[in-house]
Amino acid sequence: MKNKDPRLLLQSAPLLRQELTTPAAMKDVWIALLPASCAALWFFGLSALLILSVSIAGAVLTEWVFTDKEKRRFALSDTSAGLTGLLLGLTLPPGLPLWMAFLGGAVSIGLGKVIWGGLGTNIFNPALLGRAFLLGTFPIAMTTWGAAGGPGEFFQIHSSNLALPFMQGQYDALSAATPLGLMKFEHQSTALGALFMGNTAGSIGETSSLLLLLGGIFLLLRRSIDWRIPAAIFLTAALFSLIMFISNGDVYPSPLFTLFSGGLLLGTFFMATDPVTSPLTPKGCWIFGIGIGFLVVLIRLYGGLPEGMLYAILLMNAATPLIDRYTQPRIFGRKG
Amino acid sequence: MATDITAYEEMIKGLWRDNPVFVQVLGMCPMLAVTNSAINAVVMGLATFFVLVGSSFLVSSFKQWIPKQVRISLYIIIIATFVTVVDYSLLAMLPAIHKELGAFIPLIVANCMILGRQEAFASKHNVKYAVMDAVGMSGGFMIALFALGSVREILGVGAFFGVDLFGANFEPWVIMILPPGGFLTLGLLLLFFNWFTERRRQFLDKVAEAERVAVAGVDKNG
Repeated sequence: MKNKDPRLLLQSAPLLRQELTTPAAMKDVWIALLPASCAALWFFGLSALLILSVSIAGAVLTEWVFTDKEKRRFALSDTSAGLTGLLLGLTLPPGLPLWMAFLGGAVSIGLGKVIWGGLGTNIFNPALLGRAFLLGTFPIAMTTWGAAGGPGEFFQIHSSNLALPFMQGQYDALSAATPLGLMKFEHQSTALGALFMGNTAGSIGETSSLLLLLGGIFLLLRRSIDWRIPAAIFLTAALFSLIMFISNGDVYPSPLFTLFSGGLLLGTFFMATDPVTSPLTPKGCWIFGIGIGFLVVLIRLYGGLPEGMLYAILLMNAATPLIDRYTQPRIFGRKG
Repeated sequence: MATDITAYEEMIKGLWRDNPVFVQVLGMCPMLAVTNSAINAVVMGLATFFVLVGSSFLVSSFKQWIPKQVRISLYIIIIATFVTVVDYSLLAMLPAIHKELGAFIPLIVANCMILGRQEAFASKHNVKYAVMDAVGMSGGFMIALFALGSVREILGVGAFFGVDLFGANFEPWVIMILPPGGFLTLGLLLLFFNWFTERRRQFLDKVAEAERVAVAGVDKNG
């Protein structure tokens, strides 16, 4: 046995390696989503758990079916498909029939990722694409919201969850309006405290601003996401809605309401910052974030839908290649 | 007998190998616009069938007298004649469907598949081949329209030719009867068709290779 000399390390370049691999980055996002997912369970009970697991199952199963046999273990080991399923599940209403959640997961991966060539080659955020498909396909089921319960109703499953495939859900409880819906159609604001804690109606993962902020700050501290995108979205959305609020405070919501309601926080931290579908350059990130912040307020205040985060992000995803092209840094020593 | 076999082949090629929609990707406008139900798709397919067969027959019969310089306008006049016939016949016989198809009946004139067959085939071949080719091509077009229309009607309304399939509780896939559903379904059908063709080609290659090896082995032994 030759004794290795620990002072002499023989190794070919590169000697400096980045710790950040795809599975590691995915793990960070899983951890960051944990508080919001727990809040989903707390407020919406077993229904939320069922929807999350079914949409994850739909996504992972689709990835498994459409990946080459040799690449399967590799493709599934980075957990990105499951993460897409979880993100999709967090944007779904708690009373959605489970077969729709499964279909959404399958569409997210099938049409959102695999068809473009797999991880890293898709144009649109897969989870949001799945949600857009569901919203276009089942507009009524996707906009029927159950009220947030509490831990006391943990074991109550919405009967609409258990609809047979291709069948309508039978809604049991009275449906509740989301804070954004109340704002849009009745110009009625919701208390900021409820928005902050999450005790409101809405998609299962978007209600608790506090826990989403916690997850977002974790990602920012871990440098998993570019801080410019959330910063640009918050600043633009706050500024735009502040201008509108000052111009007519009776009709338009306050900036804080804009930031803490709906899917703005969830979308900002976990979907807009998707490294595949957001710009690469720092300047591009600012443009991307400003675009989302502007569009989301525009759609909320003037569009037909109460919530605009979904389409704001998808539209800016579409513009990302163009942004990247026009914000290329100048090569040193060259003009233009 | 040999001529019969080729005439038959001219028809078959339009149905599958050179399918105007799945392979040549022609005639996308009616393909996407009127296939929100199976019955609309079939009526549109029949209208196209009549126009294409009729104009291929006329163009092929008159090809000696059509001057080369003005051939396109003459083809269009011939096509437009048949389209007018179809338009008024549908209006008389099936007014409800005529209303649903709307502007897409007159627009058959502008279907590039029809003009393409006149220019590429009917003007160069005799009447028999031209008609067989037109039957095959419009048959292929009809198959494609029917496939798209069936998928969209079954998922989008839960019915097939207006017959309810799933009962009252069916949750319709609203997107399927809207334009995005047309693009989505067509894209998926094209994907499936190309995948199938590719797999078939690979299989045939493998068979040919195995045969070659077998023949070479026999040669060596003999």
